[in-house]
Amino acid sequence: MNELNPLLPEVATVVEIVQETHNIKTFRVKLDDEERMKAFHFEPGQVGQLSLFGVGESTFVINSPPTRMDYLQFSVMKAGEVTSALHKLNVGDKIGVRAPLGNFFPYAKWKGKDIFFIGGGIGMAPIRTIMLYLLDNKKDYGTISLLYGAKTPEDLSYKDDIKEWLADPNLNAVLTIDNPAEGWTVDDTHKVGLIPNVLKELAPRPDNCIAVLCGPPIMIKFTLMALKDMNFPDEQIFTTLEKRMKCGVGLCGRCNIGGKLVCVDGPVFSYDQLRELPPEL
Amino acid sequence: MTICFLATEGLVPWLAKLAQNYRVFAPRREGKAIIFRPWKEGDKAPVPLKATVAPKGVMFPACETLVSYKTTKDPQQLDKVSLTLKAPVKAEPTVLFGCRSCDARGFVALDKAYLGGKFKDPYYEARRNATLIITHTCDNPTPTCFCTWVNGGPASPEGSDVLMTAVQGGYVLEGISQKGNDLLAGSGLPDGSDKLNEARALRTEAAKRVTPRKDLSKAAERLKARFTDMDFWIAQTAKCLSCGACTFMCPTCQCFNITDEGDPASEQGGQRLRSWDYCMSPMFTREASGHNPRMVKAARMRNRVSHKYWYSTEYSPDGRFSCTGCGRCIAQCPVSLDIREIVVKAIEE
Repeated sequence: MNELNPLLPEVATVVEIVQETHNIKTFRVKLDDEERMKAFHFEPGQVGQLSLFGVGESTFVINSPPTRMDYLQFSVMKAGEVTSALHKLNVGDKIGVRAPLGNFFPYAKWKGKDIFFIGGGIGMAPIRTIMLYLLDNKKDYGTISLLYGAKTPEDLSYKDDIKEWLADPNLNAVLTIDNPAEGWTVDDTHKVGLIPNVLKELAPRPDNCIAVLCGPPIMIKFTLMALKDMNFPDEQIFTTLEKRMKCGVGLCGRCNIGGKLVCVDGPVFSYDQLRELPPEL
Repeated sequence: MTICFLATEGLVPWLAKLAQNYRVFAPRREGKAIIFRPWKEGDKAPVPLKATVAPKGVMFPACETLVSYKTTKDPQQLDKVSLTLKAPVKAEPTVLFGCRSCDARGFVALDKAYLGGKFKDPYYEARRNATLIITHTCDNPTPTCFCTWVNGGPASPEGSDVLMTAVQGGYVLEGISQKGNDLLAGSGLPDGSDKLNEARALRTEAAKRVTPRKDLSKAAERLKARFTDMDFWIAQTAKCLSCGACTFMCPTCQCFNITDEGDPASEQGGQRLRSWDYCMSPMFTREASGHNPRMVKAARMRNRVSHKYWYSTEYSPDGRFSCTGCGRCIAQCPVSLDIREIVVKAIEE
């Protein structure tokens, strides 16, 4: 982040691009200023603004963990003007980066607890950061579990990671897709069904467990209901919010929910914090 | 505190002297409107009335360049492209002359938004620091004025460096801030202490002419209770055209958009611009997915009113409204929507 001018991006280069699904690409970028790249520090859950000059700027979570700093990774779902233009980038292209922005997961307070991650679709991006970070610090945490759901097997991102996650003895990973699909054999780690239903089947115990969920608004809504049915206390449930943003630094007045600004007061909120906000998601 | 007297005929020469060292903005009549424009030697005396549009643009222009960008190809190695970004944050010494107390207090509200959070706006900050505000205390409150309802007044010193009050034969200038006192001390103007009582009496008289004050101290609490009362908001918003005039006239509206103009690969490159935006626009919060948390006009008006009289009291340490009661949003509204009525109804009904 430019300390003197939070609206001035830093120049960065795209070093690698991964086509995750038909509409999601992952971009690995490095700041051109090597000293600044070396000194770059962020916390899991924080976001960055990617700039394509002449098109605009959009907000994405940094989905590589702070423990793996070869590059900064952003996953981009093609949806609007900026994301469509980002999808046309090639390795070696220059972009602007303003990062890190926003708050982060309060992982220090989670030490000694079990963690249950729930990611839906592109919502797996913020989960990836905090999950890998906790796995890199596994000795401090109890059981770490993941439920990752997408519409179809083709819509699951991070396919190379998934193989590792399923094989990782420190992680209980379960995948689910909305409807049965060819080649998808249902077993202990591969399910069919919507996330809230599969979650109920897995039935994580709420005592000493933190639930972290990210995904589209409809998935959040029903997954929250499922967690409440399982008696998860509000202060043990964490999610991230998205809003249309421009400045990303609390000035342009666009991403407010009541008196809170998602860009600086979020994107991470606990459910008890969310309940304090006016119902305007 | 330095107090000076400026005779009526001395006003223009004094401004001319200021204009040698400062960029001076003063209200000028243009057609039916009164607008803050650069004042230069040879110009007539500024109009001593409240301007049609708040002088917000002096610190926060309606459109400005945040970053200029340009890509350049290396002619020896065509796949090697470099990107240059420039963000000149600079401000010239400026005097904002002849605004009202409601205008000066507007900058105090903007300070909370732009300078009071986690990140500061360097463009606004540079101009704010380089600007001296000489406020003409108000002697003609209009029916749309309600500065006293929102803890201000026609001669509130908040946000001003110098207060200027018209008295018999000229003006009493009263230093408020260090900057203002220094300016007066070095001005060579005669002492005006003997006329301060006359000025104070006139200010008290003016305050009496502001629309009788309604108590808005319960606004935040009552708006909070009203949040889910959509029938109320639909009824209050029915005639709004979503034109945005209220926002663009407002001394405290802070929202802006950021857009890019120009191809970085072109010879002249391009600019990332910031321009005033308005929260009554249906596009304001519309996301790329099509989702819009404020899909209907009533939800947008609820946000606009709640921001000014509730949300701002949460993020300002002093519980300040993001409204200074200048009444421009009422006076300039093409359908005569009155924000006072909405707030008072929310409190009383």
